[in-house]
Amino acid sequence: MKPHPPLRLHVPEPSARPGHETNFAYLHLAPAGAARCPPLDVKPAQTSDLAFNLVRVLDDEGQAVGPWAPKLDPAVLRKGLRAMLKTRVFDARMLIAQRQKKLSFYMQSVGEEAIGSAHALALAAGDMCFPTYRQQSLLMAREVPLVGLICQLMSNSHDPLKGRQLPVMYSMRDAGFFSISGNLATQFIQAVGWAMASAIKGDTKIASAWIGDGATAEADFHTALTFAHVYRAPVILNVVNNQWAISTFQAIAGGEGTTFAARGIGCGIPSLRVDGNDFLAVHAASTWAAERARSNHGPTLIEWVTYRAGPHSTSDDPSKYRPADDWAHFPLGDPIARLKQHLIREKHWSEKEHVVLQAELEAEVAAAQKEAESYGTLLDGHIPSAASMFEDVYKDMPAHLRGQLAELEARS
Amino acid sequence: MNTTANEGVKTTPMSMIQALRSAMDVMLERDPNVVIFGQDVGYFGGVFRCTEGLQKKYGKSRVFDAPISEGGIVGAAVGMGAYGLRPVPEIQFADYFYPASDQIVSEAARLRYRSAGEFTAPITIRMPCGGGIYGGQTHSQSPEALFTQVCGLRTVMPSNPYDAKGLLIAAIENDDPVIFLEPKRLYNGPFDGHHENPVVPWSQHALGEVPEGYYTVPLESASIFRSGSQLTVLAYGTMVFVAEAAARETGIDAEIIDLRSLWPLDLDSIVASVRKTRRCVVVHEATRTCGFGAELLSLVQEHCFYHLEAPIERVTGWDTPYPHAQEWLYFPGPARVGAAFLRAMEA
Repeated sequence: MKPHPPLRLHVPEPSARPGHETNFAYLHLAPAGAARCPPLDVKPAQTSDLAFNLVRVLDDEGQAVGPWAPKLDPAVLRKGLRAMLKTRVFDARMLIAQRQKKLSFYMQSVGEEAIGSAHALALAAGDMCFPTYRQQSLLMAREVPLVGLICQLMSNSHDPLKGRQLPVMYSMRDAGFFSISGNLATQFIQAVGWAMASAIKGDTKIASAWIGDGATAEADFHTALTFAHVYRAPVILNVVNNQWAISTFQAIAGGEGTTFAARGIGCGIPSLRVDGNDFLAVHAASTWAAERARSNHGPTLIEWVTYRAGPHSTSDDPSKYRPADDWAHFPLGDPIARLKQHLIREKHWSEKEHVVLQAELEAEVAAAQKEAESYGTLLDGHIPSAASMFEDVYKDMPAHLRGQLAELEARS
Repeated sequence: MNTTANEGVKTTPMSMIQALRSAMDVMLERDPNVVIFGQDVGYFGGVFRCTEGLQKKYGKSRVFDAPISEGGIVGAAVGMGAYGLRPVPEIQFADYFYPASDQIVSEAARLRYRSAGEFTAPITIRMPCGGGIYGGQTHSQSPEALFTQVCGLRTVMPSNPYDAKGLLIAAIENDDPVIFLEPKRLYNGPFDGHHENPVVPWSQHALGEVPEGYYTVPLESASIFRSGSQLTVLAYGTMVFVAEAAARETGIDAEIIDLRSLWPLDLDSIVASVRKTRRCVVVHEATRTCGFGAELLSLVQEHCFYHLEAPIERVTGWDTPYPHAQEWLYFPGPARVGAAFLRAMEA
């Protein structure tokens, strides 16, 4: 018998590193309108093709095509465009503020604005999102006041989280936005637990869980899929595949030769792979999954295919590990430009209105920043009190913490 | 059924298992937001039978089986707590909690803090702990120090049926996450470390007389299990009975403090006792180095140094994994505890 060759360890690589051009063929894109739309009570295995295909509505000309094309009021589309643009304007402004050291850290969501914006508009009031740190578009679509967000980012005296959290780790219960943890994936199973609670109580609210491609490798992701399936939890399981986890290409998380949506099929969960830069496709798939959850059909897993256009955070430099102009070649384009193109084509929007909106949003963000800065920034030391550091560790402050607070105050 | 004359409360002899079940029964009845789940806890009623009959009584949406996933059980409980429920998940053995560490340490313990009170995790995680049952290294551990070190958690360990029921009700009603450790060697009777003797059932012990309905034993409150004048023993769980045997066998009049709540703890009771007896022995079953005893020694040193007549003694399990065949060489029994009493008295 011929001897076997020596074994080799396979370590996946992206198709290109800096100085070369990415071959995006690995995404296996489908044309807009090609994917079918199954009934709400579809069996998990009957979505196998959709977990490898790609649900798209907007074609290259900005036309809405195919069975997923939603019949949306143009006012909703304009609202979505506004939320996306506001997210981008806000991110740009906060990035500058970070460079001016007014905040210690920031994380943009450039290129991913359609996902949270359209998803939030497909959910109902009272539904709870369990986000990661790149879903600020959920908040923009729900029109939360910007001043509170900026105070959190600046860790100032009006920070609603009292200076305890890294910038961007918001918590906004009233906006259906769960407290963000820096520990990846933990919120995924928590969302399932929240959804189980809603079902236990006979409520009508659903949960929406968020995770990135990289963190799907964590145990909590797989656990969440198991629990969601076992208890038929009313939850949408969102995987934002933006191709990069800091410097780690999605193939290292297990995306090579398969899809993240495919994870759901084996767990018994109907699963979709969707163009995350297509506002209409995101809205349609989110509405479908929400309706399934609310009708006791249980969970849906959705992989949103997108691209992290910016660095992971203000502490990251992606030019060290991927081609600098990658986003310009990303075949699913810019979500804002695509919805704008569609709206103009349908005569629901114009270039002129777009310019006016952009100026209006820039003024709104600037005014909010001005007000937030009047309450202090990390630079000027107007931070929450020492006493607040000891509060909320427990509901009532125990004796040992009262003692430690007294110790701190006696020394300072 | 007996009636305690001095209190006028109806009591029933209960094992610790029955007392814990009674606590959960009371709380399922009183609070529609209480739910119980874990491995084997539903139809079967748990491997130690603590939840027997509860699914039948309260239905499958309140008491149900969970997949073998401690991380999932605690993670789901955190989400349920954020919704507004009061989950009481069971981890089948404390030795199995490790996959849930992230959800306990980074999530449940800090949710109130990091969200400035917007979201909380009012969950009580029950887990049987400790050895003495030939469970080997995966069914015998006492991991309390891994919890007492985490800010935001409450860690509780009862030593008898009366306290077990009252503490469990208090834990479920508490708005903070509580780690509720149940010394499994005490489930069916008090155990003083003399493993060669037959098991004495709780029905023959005063602390096995348990009120039938609702009552609480407050958290952050220790009990003086045995009052004495010559030295103070700081103990919890099984070691309370081991210390009692050591006092009996050495003839030393030890004051045994059953901490009950390990953290936050009742420091005042500890300090008052040590300042009175002027000697202190700390006893626990868990491994020694960086064990909870180290914190107790430190606190006694900080608060009682000028009252002490002798160095503080510490008796613990050895710094080895919990063995199977050598269980009784590992377990800190009355002979080792008694020897520490004598050292403290002779110093």
